[in-house]
Amino acid sequence: MMGYKTVVEDGIDILVCGAGLGGTGAAFEARYWGKDKKIVIAEKANIDRSGAVAQGLYAINCYMGTRFGENNPEDHVRYARIDLMGMVREDLLFDMARHVDSTVHQFEEWGLPLMRNPKTGAYQREGRWQIMIHGESYKPIVAEAAKKSADKVFNRVCVTHLLMDESKENRVAGAVGFNVRTGNYHVFKSKAVVVAAGGASNIFKPRSVGEGAGRVWYAPWSSGSAYGLMIGAGAKMTQMENRIVLARFKDGYGPVGAYFLHLKTYTQNGMGEEYESKWFPALEKMVGKRYLDVEASHLSHRPIPTCLRNHAFINEVNAGRGPIHMVTMEAFQDPHLEEIGWHNFLGMTVGQAVLWAATDVDPKYENPELTTSEPYVMGSHATGCGAWCSGPEDISPPDYFWGYNRMTTVEGLFGAGDAVGGTPHAFSSGSFTEGRLAAKAACKYIDDGKAEGIRVSDEQINRRKEEVYKPMEHYKIYRNEITAGSVNPNYINPRQGLDRLQKLMDEYCGGVTVSYMTNEKLLNIGLKKLKLLEEDLEKIAAENVHELLRAWELKHRHLTSEAVMHHTLFRKETRWPGYYYRGDAMKVDDDNWHVLTVSRRDPETGEYTMEKAPCYHLIEDKHEAKAA
Amino acid sequence: MPTFVYMTRCDGCGQCVDICPSDIMHIDPVVRRAYNIEPNMCWECYSCVKACPHNAIDVRGYADFAPLGHSVRVQRDEEKGVIAWRIIFRNGEKDMNLLAPITTKPWGKHIPQLSDAPAPSQEMRDGELLYNEPKYLRFDDGGLHTLEAAGLQLKVGVYE
Repeated sequence: MMGYKTVVEDGIDILVCGAGLGGTGAAFEARYWGKDKKIVIAEKANIDRSGAVAQGLYAINCYMGTRFGENNPEDHVRYARIDLMGMVREDLLFDMARHVDSTVHQFEEWGLPLMRNPKTGAYQREGRWQIMIHGESYKPIVAEAAKKSADKVFNRVCVTHLLMDESKENRVAGAVGFNVRTGNYHVFKSKAVVVAAGGASNIFKPRSVGEGAGRVWYAPWSSGSAYGLMIGAGAKMTQMENRIVLARFKDGYGPVGAYFLHLKTYTQNGMGEEYESKWFPALEKMVGKRYLDVEASHLSHRPIPTCLRNHAFINEVNAGRGPIHMVTMEAFQDPHLEEIGWHNFLGMTVGQAVLWAATDVDPKYENPELTTSEPYVMGSHATGCGAWCSGPEDISPPDYFWGYNRMTTVEGLFGAGDAVGGTPHAFSSGSFTEGRLAAKAACKYIDDGKAEGIRVSDEQINRRKEEVYKPMEHYKIYRNEITAGSVNPNYINPRQGLDRLQKLMDEYCGGVTVSYMTNEKLLNIGLKKLKLLEEDLEKIAAENVHELLRAWELKHRHLTSEAVMHHTLFRKETRWPGYYYRGDAMKVDDDNWHVLTVSRRDPETGEYTMEKAPCYHLIEDKHEAKAA
Repeated sequence: MPTFVYMTRCDGCGQCVDICPSDIMHIDPVVRRAYNIEPNMCWECYSCVKACPHNAIDVRGYADFAPLGHSVRVQRDEEKGVIAWRIIFRNGEKDMNLLAPITTKPWGKHIPQLSDAPAPSQEMRDGELLYNEPKYLRFDDGGLHTLEAAGLQLKVGVYE
């Protein structure tokens, strides 16, 4: 195993780990602020088709349109706040929202086809925040931008750990990983690191079985590495309990945004009845009028939070009146809208088109079924898991500011996209924007002399190397103890480990088979089982380099899951009914829990500490108010 | 399954291996052609299908919920800047051709080389603007939004 070469890339200023939308934004922008800086990208796949946007998008879901007089950043902050039941980082959201339009305008200039409204000349709106695009090549286009800025792009290098400085505590010094083709060990010594890796699919048991396990809503290659890397380095995390459940087209998980917003389709139960509103009075009692006020929503078009609409869906199905259908038969009579309906899938979820073709579902003549998905852990859709990061100097209160925008609690370690906590509704454009913000701040961190005197010993590098290849060593040692097959008393393979993780997360942490329900007792059992799994992950076996990739993805998923479990246990309330339920605390409890949850895992001992952090909200300045 | 590879069309060139985001398109050492080594980690993202120069890769819906007999084929043309899809239903009653643009400009030509852009001033470095801002925010004289200008402040606790 030690036959694999060690390839050292030294003298890096900015290392970008993971080059999806966040990472490409970081690499692109870093060149502007760091003309002479060495910018390097490490990406476990091929940057041209990597990350959650690999297959494309049919909409950009975060665009203010201030240019067209549409929205201001504070409007977006209020929207995200309502949707997430108050639990967001409004400084980070405001900051992303005030920059995001410049990102989108650049995309158009680079060649990304943004649709225009022929009447107004503005971008074609799908909804208040969404604009429609022909985004099949969204990823290759932004990849071009990143490649132009970066000194080097290391494709097919899976980063497993961050390197830590040995001269100053809690300061990052680079990263290590391995090449999934050659097997070589890669060492990146860097002054600053932007972690822009992905959130986590596949940590809760999926509804699908067998082959269909790949048809997850969020990409199967989103392995929670954003969290695995940062938790492993001792960075504080926030809102990890805030997993998301999606109401989507059944089995294919095709997107519904364009259907609801642009095609004006709507849902009904198996009897053909509207069902949502009848669940709202009881729900209003659970969450309080502050979060669900049906009358006010009706009058002011205030959106009903995504989780609460899920709640109505789940309860209607459990009451025996499923399935829930999307009523497409009206909209699809218009050939133009019908075409948009199909293009929408082809641009971002081809598998849904495959499924409808396979099952002869023509939405023109048949209303397709919807379902609620298994939970996902990420930070850029209607959910805000991620690292506890500093905000920008001119906005953030002292509780949220420690020197550099988007820097985690580890010095020199920055986040973007799914990696940053408390910033839901960033989506693709917001993630790219966060990458830009992180890159500028990282350049400043270096220019301020904060990265001087970093020391990384050979001991640290060699210790990590041994750890990285341990699954292959383990396989080699124990494989020949058995005749053939995958059953071995000394090891489990990555798939077996993933199956165990998914089953226990599902059963103890509020997955789909328990209707998203958990409680303190279940969570404590779940934590014990996760510890046992952690011990077995020391004995995971990889037959080849591909399995080694799966082994490390699983380890990142495991670290992510443990954080999710601890956070879910800590927050003793049901803040997001429809995402998950704490059966022992079924109400929103603003007296005790109108706070953000923050965790830290001690990298030495693996022990967790939990704390509450204050939740700040934008309010009108009394002196300035009413002027607008 | 996701993706599979037709034996008679694949020449083992490895384009699909190179592009697959999930690292599941590999070359079989015996037949020396590509195949999907891990169908349950395939997202049906079509990256390999689009990249294959011989149209050797196709998709058969996931066995646990998709019946056989359908077809969703694609041709992506970077030079023409378009992508063409054909969807055929299992029962043959629907056969759709759909065309969409993938870019409005020649590939990569309009993406700036930022090392050649004029260097930012110290004031800009110390401030909150990003590259091309404030111009690209609105294409008028408007500046970057601040809380102060919006008459807002951040206050701890429950909002009303």
